[in-house]
Amino acid sequence: MESIDVARAQLLSPTGLVDEDLNKALSTILGGAIDTADLYFQSQVREAWSLDDGIIKDASYSRQRGVGVRAIAGEKTGFAYSDDIEMSALLESACAARSIAKASNSIVMPSQHIQTGRELYSQDSPFATLNEHQKMDLLRQADEIARQADPRVKQVMVSLVGMHEVVLIARSDGLLAADVRPLVRFNISVIAEQNGRREQGSMGGGGRFDYQHFTDENSIEGFAKEAVRQALVNLEAKDAPAGKMTVVLGPGWPGVLLHEAVGHGLEGDFNRKETSAFSGRIGERVASTGVTVVDDGTIENRRGSLNLDDEGTPTQCTTLIEDGILRGYMQDRLNAQLSGTVSTGNGRRESYAHLPMPRMTNTYMLAGEHAPEDIIASVDHGFYAVNFGGGQVDITSGKFVFSASEAYMIENGKITYPVKGATLIGDGPDVLTRVSMIGNDLELDSGIGTCGKEGQSVPVGVGQPTLKVDGITVGGTQA
Amino acid sequence: MSKHETVTAASTTETKEIEEVITDAIQYAKKHGADHVEISARNDKGFSVSARLGDIETLEHHNQRALAVTVYRGKAKGSANCNDIRSSAINDVIDAALGMASFTAEDEASGLADAELMATNYPELDLDQPWGIQPDQALQIAMQCEQTARADERIVNSEGASVSTIRSEAIYANSHDFLGRYTSTRHSISCSVVAADKQGMQRDYWYSVARDADELDAVDIIGLKARERTLRRLNARSLSTCEVPVLFEPNVARSILGHFFSAINGGSLYRDASFLTDSLGQKIFPEWLSISEDPHIKTALASSPFDAEGVRTQARDIVSDGVLQGYILASYSARKLGMTTTGNSGGIHNIRLPESEYSQDDLIKQMGNGVLVTELIGNGVNPVTGDYSRGAAGFWVENGEIQYPVQEITIAGNLKEMFQRIKAIGNDVDTCGGIHLGSMLMDQLTVAGSAE
Repeated sequence: MESIDVARAQLLSPTGLVDEDLNKALSTILGGAIDTADLYFQSQVREAWSLDDGIIKDASYSRQRGVGVRAIAGEKTGFAYSDDIEMSALLESACAARSIAKASNSIVMPSQHIQTGRELYSQDSPFATLNEHQKMDLLRQADEIARQADPRVKQVMVSLVGMHEVVLIARSDGLLAADVRPLVRFNISVIAEQNGRREQGSMGGGGRFDYQHFTDENSIEGFAKEAVRQALVNLEAKDAPAGKMTVVLGPGWPGVLLHEAVGHGLEGDFNRKETSAFSGRIGERVASTGVTVVDDGTIENRRGSLNLDDEGTPTQCTTLIEDGILRGYMQDRLNAQLSGTVSTGNGRRESYAHLPMPRMTNTYMLAGEHAPEDIIASVDHGFYAVNFGGGQVDITSGKFVFSASEAYMIENGKITYPVKGATLIGDGPDVLTRVSMIGNDLELDSGIGTCGKEGQSVPVGVGQPTLKVDGITVGGTQA
Repeated sequence: MSKHETVTAASTTETKEIEEVITDAIQYAKKHGADHVEISARNDKGFSVSARLGDIETLEHHNQRALAVTVYRGKAKGSANCNDIRSSAINDVIDAALGMASFTAEDEASGLADAELMATNYPELDLDQPWGIQPDQALQIAMQCEQTARADERIVNSEGASVSTIRSEAIYANSHDFLGRYTSTRHSISCSVVAADKQGMQRDYWYSVARDADELDAVDIIGLKARERTLRRLNARSLSTCEVPVLFEPNVARSILGHFFSAINGGSLYRDASFLTDSLGQKIFPEWLSISEDPHIKTALASSPFDAEGVRTQARDIVSDGVLQGYILASYSARKLGMTTTGNSGGIHNIRLPESEYSQDDLIKQMGNGVLVTELIGNGVNPVTGDYSRGAAGFWVENGEIQYPVQEITIAGNLKEMFQRIKAIGNDVDTCGGIHLGSMLMDQLTVAGSAE
């Protein structure tokens, strides 16, 4: 079945709505100063299982549905939503949304056309591929592997979360589009103890596929052992250094550097409003030669991928930085229109109750030519960070942070000893100009990222090869 | 526009029905295999409007509903939730929760909070203070706020000002025959502007939030503070790495105490996932510092008559003379620790510290040489070890005088030691949040920076 038919069946049919009703609602918004409008129908089913203290402790099921109505007049946006998907609620929301601009007579909508998206992931519900007992076995298996891996493991917490979402977008330019999106995630965190000292480690993975992925790929064992390994490394960690130094970042998830340092600053809203440290800098050098960064929403089965964004625009691979030169921003429809360009398929929203805005999908740096071991061997004294928590950025000043959770010192080209986690701070427009070596080992993260912006969370991905950066401030305690 | 009024009136009749709907649902759950059940429902209504560069930018109407059910089959637990509070939907949610509970394990500590702890009568806390403004009036407020904030030629851009008003009706019921409900309001005004000089751009903001609009800061004060806070960041530089005392402004000092409350939260404690396990009766803070919790302050933001399990809330001392008196517990974590819930399911209530005689200026003088921190970014806090490392911005202070703004620095230490190093608290108490706190002066932390 086409996504559009799934969406009609799940979102419209239960209350007898048909495509023409969507046109009717949209045409009540249009007219006067209103330039454009859209309806965003969404239903989301989510289940979550968690293990703690060796037993399956919590299990929850959630079902949300609703419709968001947006009206745009120039730079103005009116928005209302309802958890009732039915005609009267739709019209009421339409009325509320259009109150942003002066009313006038409704105009006739252009005829409807269906926008088809990509086929990057399965439409099937991710839940049904394993039965409840098999799901719980996955959790118990991870618990067992982690506890057996080392006697110092004292606590194990495991969770499995699945989501299945159906969205339908109807726009005042006649576009009708739908997407059916699975999303699963497995996570394990452990606490290990030695001589009264406790440290944690965690690992997980996921994407737009079903639970079967975790059994087929035998990934549970890998996640559990990796979490234990991190905790044990941290048990030996000495105090982290403080000050500016050469930093080598491992491949994969440390790509959170790109997400914070350049990603947010290249979102279209901040650049249209000229509040980003990158505003007006297209065509300028913002990174070393060899640095190419893209935002790619089209990678199959990835957590950050989408067939269509939440405005009905098919996703694409957008080059942000090409060989060190700033090439483009990530756009949604509103900001693209106001900036005289087109959407790059980055219009995303947390739910029907939130307004869309430009957001990242999977943001990563392309591989270079250096072997990772050569990069480490080139450092006399430095900080090598391979795992991170999250990060944050001040878009306007460009200052960003990201926090290492597993790191080592490098002395005379060799990794010497582990150090405690520390926050790294730098300047977005400056940091990539300090990249002096790029590894040949590009990796994407394991499918665990969530990005927060203006109170809205969306799943994203990051990635990078091993990178050497000549000078980032490391915020440890050893001055 | 009369729309707002109609919506409010309609919701009153809706919630009259909901008591019956929920009581019926509890019966339904018990009939279908639940030994115990708890249900919470919530409806948030209101709007937020934002203005940017002197004109309206967005108008968002909010009307969000949430229903959450937890059932217990013996000692096994299952949960389900949805955003539909019609009776037909509720039974589906209960069925889903019952289904989930058939897979979870028996857990001795699980279950409703004990029946004798239910808030059978509770004080009126005056939390429902509708503002009664329409979106166009709110827009005028936002525009005025932004105009005040932009009244300086160095303010070159704006992220806008916004005004928001939300009224929430909350109801909680469980199979101990407890049913409690209350309505509360939350209004806010915020503003963020951008300044620039040849060094580049800086942004900062200010806001005010209250249950009663009369308790909001004056619009022009919010605009003025947003402007001043932004302008004073211009021409910031980094520092060279050093160990100095640090003075945290109230809005960031609050986050330091926030880490303390996370560390004494039952969920972290029973898992041994906190740097403050087994810390009851220990001296966590200097002797002069005490911390109390008062859930019953009228119109306060973190006041509530009962917690998320229906347990009556009451005032208590959490820290006396530096010594930890009690944890932050809900019924589950309390049972795991062999204790009794402290009525903190859903979070902490209003936190207060003793009054101080020191203004922020006094504390700056007391600090001598060090950093005044006005912003912290990132999440470099390890809850298991207490290791702390966050990005910061603020001002370099020398001989008790502010010298210049600083940025691109980090502040690091270990929270356990940091709590002991608190030297003084200011009288510039900020009540915009659950923790009412002034500036906080702390001894010797590692400040890392990129200056040579």
